[in-house]
Amino acid sequence: MTGAPIPYDILRLIWWALLGVLLIGFAVLDGYDLGTAMLLPFVGRNDAERRQVRETVEPNWEGHQVWFILGGGASFAAWPPLYAASFSGFYVAMFLVLLALIIRPVGFTFRDKLPNYRWREFWDWGLSVGGFVPSLVFGVAFGNLLLGVPFGFDNELRLSYTGSFFGLLNPFGLVAGVLSAAMLAMHGGTWLAMKADGAVARRAGLAARVFALIAAIAFALAGWWVATGIDGYVLGSIAHAGPSNPLAKSVTRAAGAWLANYRTYPALLAAPGIGTAGALLVALIPAGRVRVLAFLLSALSVIGIIATAGLALFPFLLPSSTHPEMSLTVWDASSSQTTLFLMLVATVILLPIVLAYTAYALRVMRGKVRIAEVAEREGHY
Amino acid sequence: MIDATVVELSRLQFALTALYHFLFVPLTLGLSLLLAIMESVYVMTGRPIWREMTQFWGILFGINFAMGVATGITMEFQFGTNWAYYSQYVGDIFGAPLAIEGLMAFFLEASFVGLFFFGWDRMPRLAHLTVTWLTAIGANLSALWILIANGWMQNPIGAEFNPATMRMELTSFYDLVFNPVAQAKFVHTVSAGYVCGSVFVLAVSALYLLRGRHIPLARRSMTVAAIFGLASALSVVVLGDESGYTATINQKMKIAGIEAAWHTEPAPAGLTLIGLPDLATQTTRYAIKIPWVLGLIATRSLDTPVEGITELVAEGQKRIADGLNAYHALETLRQNPDDPGAKAALAASQHDLGYALLLRRYRADIGAATPDQIAAAANDLIPDVPVMFWSFRVMAGLGFYFIALFAGAFYFASVRRLDKRWFLRLAVLSLPLPWVAIELGWVVAEYGRQPWAVEGVLPTFLGVSSVSVATILGSIAGFVLFYSALAVVDLALMVRTIRRGPALSP
Repeated sequence: MTGAPIPYDILRLIWWALLGVLLIGFAVLDGYDLGTAMLLPFVGRNDAERRQVRETVEPNWEGHQVWFILGGGASFAAWPPLYAASFSGFYVAMFLVLLALIIRPVGFTFRDKLPNYRWREFWDWGLSVGGFVPSLVFGVAFGNLLLGVPFGFDNELRLSYTGSFFGLLNPFGLVAGVLSAAMLAMHGGTWLAMKADGAVARRAGLAARVFALIAAIAFALAGWWVATGIDGYVLGSIAHAGPSNPLAKSVTRAAGAWLANYRTYPALLAAPGIGTAGALLVALIPAGRVRVLAFLLSALSVIGIIATAGLALFPFLLPSSTHPEMSLTVWDASSSQTTLFLMLVATVILLPIVLAYTAYALRVMRGKVRIAEVAEREGHY
Repeated sequence: MIDATVVELSRLQFALTALYHFLFVPLTLGLSLLLAIMESVYVMTGRPIWREMTQFWGILFGINFAMGVATGITMEFQFGTNWAYYSQYVGDIFGAPLAIEGLMAFFLEASFVGLFFFGWDRMPRLAHLTVTWLTAIGANLSALWILIANGWMQNPIGAEFNPATMRMELTSFYDLVFNPVAQAKFVHTVSAGYVCGSVFVLAVSALYLLRGRHIPLARRSMTVAAIFGLASALSVVVLGDESGYTATINQKMKIAGIEAAWHTEPAPAGLTLIGLPDLATQTTRYAIKIPWVLGLIATRSLDTPVEGITELVAEGQKRIADGLNAYHALETLRQNPDDPGAKAALAASQHDLGYALLLRRYRADIGAATPDQIAAAANDLIPDVPVMFWSFRVMAGLGFYFIALFAGAFYFASVRRLDKRWFLRLAVLSLPLPWVAIELGWVVAEYGRQPWAVEGVLPTFLGVSSVSVATILGSIAGFVLFYSALAVVDLALMVRTIRRGPALSP
């Protein structure tokens, strides 16, 4: 399994980082679409305002959603056991996310095709649920990663998952879910406050500040819980360039083990620091001043919060609570060296191009979506 | 043992969601290019009617595109949720084209589609035209990478089994990408999409002409659709033939099923044009045969025989026996990873390992399989001949019909006689036919691959996740409800948009 000019362990590290990049790309870009959709029926009180909300995201959200699709595709290609275990293990949760994500493309496209009030009301609430459910479920799933999920393999690596959907909805998972939903509501709120004007921008700015505070509190609570109430996982010795077979290692559990990386490398504490500070600063911005800076602070906070969880878990990808020694880690759950290398080449070439035209598309649609102009466009469907 | 009900339900759900997704994909492929062509004419001539055409067909494109995206997310999720062992076993190869599809194609298409709709007044003409073309190119590149993934399931080259990781691993990216099956399938599939888009534009325009509405738009649209459709319809049939030829590389059973070839015939084999294949008696009644033709299509020679089902089953038995050698070697290697004899045995027989896995339907410890069980497993290789036989014939017949339809449209457009009412009615009635042909094409390709998920490598029933029957029943019920409601809404909006017609012209 050689032939790739980069060592296997380095490739695995790079792909762990890239998985984080995709997740963060999704949360920062599509996160504000999800948050905006969540807030839609609350910050828009009449049809024109709701069309204003929708128009702030409609031209670009579709491209942003691909970060999530690509996250799925990249974990399939780079971390096949992780893709298989998480999607089949979280079956019902994934199904709910899927239905929610299906509402978005049709909701955005279909809503204004008919003038009927009930029709539009239906899609407004559909979009709101469609923004809330994935935001909540992703957080719940992340929370359960820190707890470990019940799965194991037979000796042909056939996976069996012994948990249930309601098992995911434990107190810690729910705190993580609230954190995630509040974080994205904050992010959507700052986006709307920056991108809209009038009453919508004012209400969105208020929502952003409230949810930023909730996110900061939930983040602190989750951190305290991880430090004091959850046994982390400790990986025994393992070859970092060995074959991807999760049956050949030892893993133990220990209190506070999720903080081990932070104890070893205190510089990593920058991640939770940025996550907390960003959210708190958004919460403290005076009403009416929530604009570009707030959106950037919110984005930083999102990056910091996600990075905090990822860095705590490292080198674990998916810890198993019932068979800790079968947990999936960076060192034994990747693709082959050949595939990781080829996928890296493809990413290095294509991702900068994607970023360039994403920036271009956002630039074309730059500027505020003003309520006066939106109101004029009635009958545009 | 794997629960047979879970297997059947997982297959049912995949078939339903994939066939449903593919109601929207071909129209996206075809319409996106037609939009790009119409807008190009607008930019070149500066005539506003062409811009109006682009925008009007664009509304219909948008409704359809949303459905395509919505139902496509399901497909990306479903390998993981319902086919976890498949994902684990071949993800090293299969995942790569899916990920590249996202990076290279879906990002492109999805990032620019919004600018297509909302950028008309914000961008210079040429920039907007570029955006439209990039959207169309993104949609087509998307099909390319998905069909590279699918082509690998039909013809799994560039990969080998790794006993240390108990899965298939990529050995040649070049082989994966330039898989002849994938390339033929790609052109065949996108051409079918172009035919679908062209028939759609042709039929709706014909309806307008019949009713005497929006005549300038309808005439021009019909002419564009006629030219583009004729070229595409020819391409579908030619590349369909190429697909038939490449299938003989390693999917002889699929060809035999399509032809109801129960026994090997002396070369060159005759083509059964029509008849009544009977699975129970393994005969085809009332067969009408054209001599030589099948041999020419399938082997492109006069002296290579086309193998029959009976002979292929006998060969399958031998491959199962050989596969068991690989399986025994694998068991030895699990105890002692360095056993040189077992390594050699695995290397010699690993191309048949998948065949041994067919026995898992009959017992868990397949190493101790009886000759009866081996015979039964080999019999599982027989496809559902009547379904294959008829699906293929209807699809291929429609393929030739589309050539005639577009040739007619092309003729009437060039002599400026698009007022022939019988032809316009025929065009309107043809509207559903591309979908019939396309869905049947997928039946031939995927149902015809059974019992394999990956031909010769992984039987379908082994690929499933360890989830409960109740869970899958719940998700199937959810999909059926949700998708049915969306289908009603989608159709209603389409009909409404067509009734309202373009905004400006009378």
